[in-house]
Amino acid sequence: MFESLQENLAGAFKTLRGKSKLTDSNMRDGLALVQKALLEADVSYPVVKDFIAKVSDEALGERVLSSLDPGQQVVGIVHRELIDLMGPVDHSLHLKPGVTVLMMCGLQGSGKTTTTGKLGRLIKERGKKPLLVAADLQRPAAIEQLHVIGQQLGIEVYSQPGAKDPVAVCQAAVAQAKKNSNDVVILDTAGRLHIDEELMEQLRQIDRRVEPEQVYLVVDGMTGQDAVNSAKAFNDALELDGVILTKLDGDARGGAVLSVKHVTGVPVKFIGTGEHLDALQEFHPDRMAQRILGMGDILTLVEQAQQKFDQDEMAKQEERMRKGEFTLDDFRSMMSQTKKLGPLNKIMSLIPGMGGMQQMMDSVDAEGGMKRLGGIIDSMTPAERRNPSKHIDQSRRRRIAAGAGVEAKEVSDLVKQFDGMADMMRRMASMGMGDRMRMVKELQGQMSNPNATLQKSKVGTGKRLSSDERAKLRKQREKEARRKKRDGRK
Amino acid sequence: MGFFSKIKEGLTKTKQLLNTDVRDLFKKQGRLVDDEFLEELLAVFIKTDMGVQSAQALVDEIAVNFRARVIHIEDALATVKVKLKELMAQPEAPIRFAQSGPTVIMVAGVNGAGKTTSIAKLTSLLSAQGKKVVLGAGDTFRAAAVEQLTIWAGRLGAEIVKGEQGSDPASVAHRAVARAIESGADVCIIDTAGRLQTQQNLMQELTKIHRVIGKQIPAAPHEVLLVLDATTGQNGISQAKHFTDAVKCSGIVLAKLDGTAKGGVVVAIRQSVGLPVKYVGVGEKPEDITLFKPDEFVDALFDDLDGSAGK
Repeated sequence: MFESLQENLAGAFKTLRGKSKLTDSNMRDGLALVQKALLEADVSYPVVKDFIAKVSDEALGERVLSSLDPGQQVVGIVHRELIDLMGPVDHSLHLKPGVTVLMMCGLQGSGKTTTTGKLGRLIKERGKKPLLVAADLQRPAAIEQLHVIGQQLGIEVYSQPGAKDPVAVCQAAVAQAKKNSNDVVILDTAGRLHIDEELMEQLRQIDRRVEPEQVYLVVDGMTGQDAVNSAKAFNDALELDGVILTKLDGDARGGAVLSVKHVTGVPVKFIGTGEHLDALQEFHPDRMAQRILGMGDILTLVEQAQQKFDQDEMAKQEERMRKGEFTLDDFRSMMSQTKKLGPLNKIMSLIPGMGGMQQMMDSVDAEGGMKRLGGIIDSMTPAERRNPSKHIDQSRRRRIAAGAGVEAKEVSDLVKQFDGMADMMRRMASMGMGDRMRMVKELQGQMSNPNATLQKSKVGTGKRLSSDERAKLRKQREKEARRKKRDGRK
Repeated sequence: MGFFSKIKEGLTKTKQLLNTDVRDLFKKQGRLVDDEFLEELLAVFIKTDMGVQSAQALVDEIAVNFRARVIHIEDALATVKVKLKELMAQPEAPIRFAQSGPTVIMVAGVNGAGKTTSIAKLTSLLSAQGKKVVLGAGDTFRAAAVEQLTIWAGRLGAEIVKGEQGSDPASVAHRAVARAIESGADVCIIDTAGRLQTQQNLMQELTKIHRVIGKQIPAAPHEVLLVLDATTGQNGISQAKHFTDAVKCSGIVLAKLDGTAKGGVVVAIRQSVGLPVKYVGVGEKPEDITLFKPDEFVDALFDDLDGSAGK
């Protein structure tokens, strides 16, 4: 998400960083780059203008110019202004006792029907009983689509085959919801152009007759400068309560995210981050700002882990690890737990400092690799899984490789890698907190070298330097001595 | 209805935007070309989604020729048009039909770009030319996508080859092409599921469909059309690039040009990926499609302005 904006902004800040003093002119150069980065990210032109004006007002103030690290200070200001630009957001769906009606609207192909399903799922998860309403009578097979989605999620869907009037459909749906004691009704209206007066009037009618509590506009996250035009038109017609941005799991540039609130005053409430029906997240401006500035979003990651990991299983594993026991079975279950979080590169982008890793991951087929590893482990006997390096000899290796349909070398690679991990786990088990942190750092270092797989670390036998290193140290000492001598003379 | 009027109809709102905005910049006696004016001009161009680079190129063109002089609207327009036409230059590109046997057209794009509707329009266009069309419902992922195409096929009287939801799209493509050969159809259009260009596994699936089609007819698919939503911003460049990498796109169908969006991103795509626009979709009805003509596209953008210039 937003990689190109992230990169371009980082480039812009680089010009400011390391300068002990910022002048009016080099600050302007830096901000011009920020402006270009935002425009290339499809942020609406007037929004960019206002944003830059605000940032430069603050940045050119006395405090920044004379601060210790002005470059960093500017990043701080941009961070703050970004949050201000996108927030504040109220995530509540404002469900009331009785039946609450939510209405979805938007342009064609923005993702209304899928989002309706996602929102229904979210509400169902909260213990409510939603009813999805197929009010899109325009697009062929839209009703069937919602029915299929409802079936997948186990959520009721209301439709009237052959109906012509969406207003009547919505009214009848609400009546049925009251009768069947549904808590929430979500209206999936047809996609329409914001300049189509007739169809916009139809939306207004639904709004007047059915009186939904909340009206959400669904916007394609890849939309360009036009995003604000349509959002504005929909808001003028309906008074939106929130915007849901979709398709943000690709390399969307983020223009709409940054522009919508400023232009319409309506905040982004949710973001769609995948095709699967659980890929709808609450939108947090602070986290988004951190992501845009390449600071990762560890909070979202932790939240997802809490939601999706099997907590009992995690506790058991932690206990075993604390004892220093770690087998290939544990490794396997760790892998499947991680998989629940989504594609690996998506996870990477959430970890601070791992943004760069993500591109690397793109070229590596991490998912496929995990599948292969799983296959190899599945082809082992329980004893082999417990202690692979002890049991697996050449003939067993051949058997496992044949069973998993991989090269024998991959089996030995896995065993080697596992040895490295098990070793690390054992060492970690006997460590205090501080040492563990150091260990994790070390691990990260190893990971950023793409070709190196984890290996059993060699234990040093004392201090032994190569001749090159000794020469380097000697040079440094001599240099130091010369410097001291020189300073002494002064 | 000719291309010009159709495009114009679709671009009404764009024209309004460019008209009002550009017109606002000029006064009766013309305007001095200074930094302020150039920046206002840049804003107008940026709003068309043509990208910072192309917008800057147009502004530079004005700056180089007119800086520090008073400019009249017709001079500015003529300059911008010439430059924009230069940026957009492409051969007119209708469907290239196969020498013999069915012409296979593969259609791809991101989710919600308008693939299925565009296929319906293409089918209607080709049927009107007396061609027999077979459709392959290759979107086996999205709920009810097959039904959507089936309904269109019924309305347009085209034959359709389907698979189960969740089945392998390549097998559907295979059967569709086989059916087209068998029934002596002129054209076979293969629909595919929408996918974001960053989803590697799905892009590989697309490559596979492409390969499977090629196994039956060596030169096929004869056309690979990328359907691009006209409201798309600079992400369109990435779409064009990645889809072209995966399935060697031969052209773009620019859908939904009837809104306020300008589809200016095709200028940026032409610059960076080189992919030409083949057709333009300007409405919801099956006949709302037309061949793309870059010069007229540019002219249509500025048409009304010409008429009122100098008044």
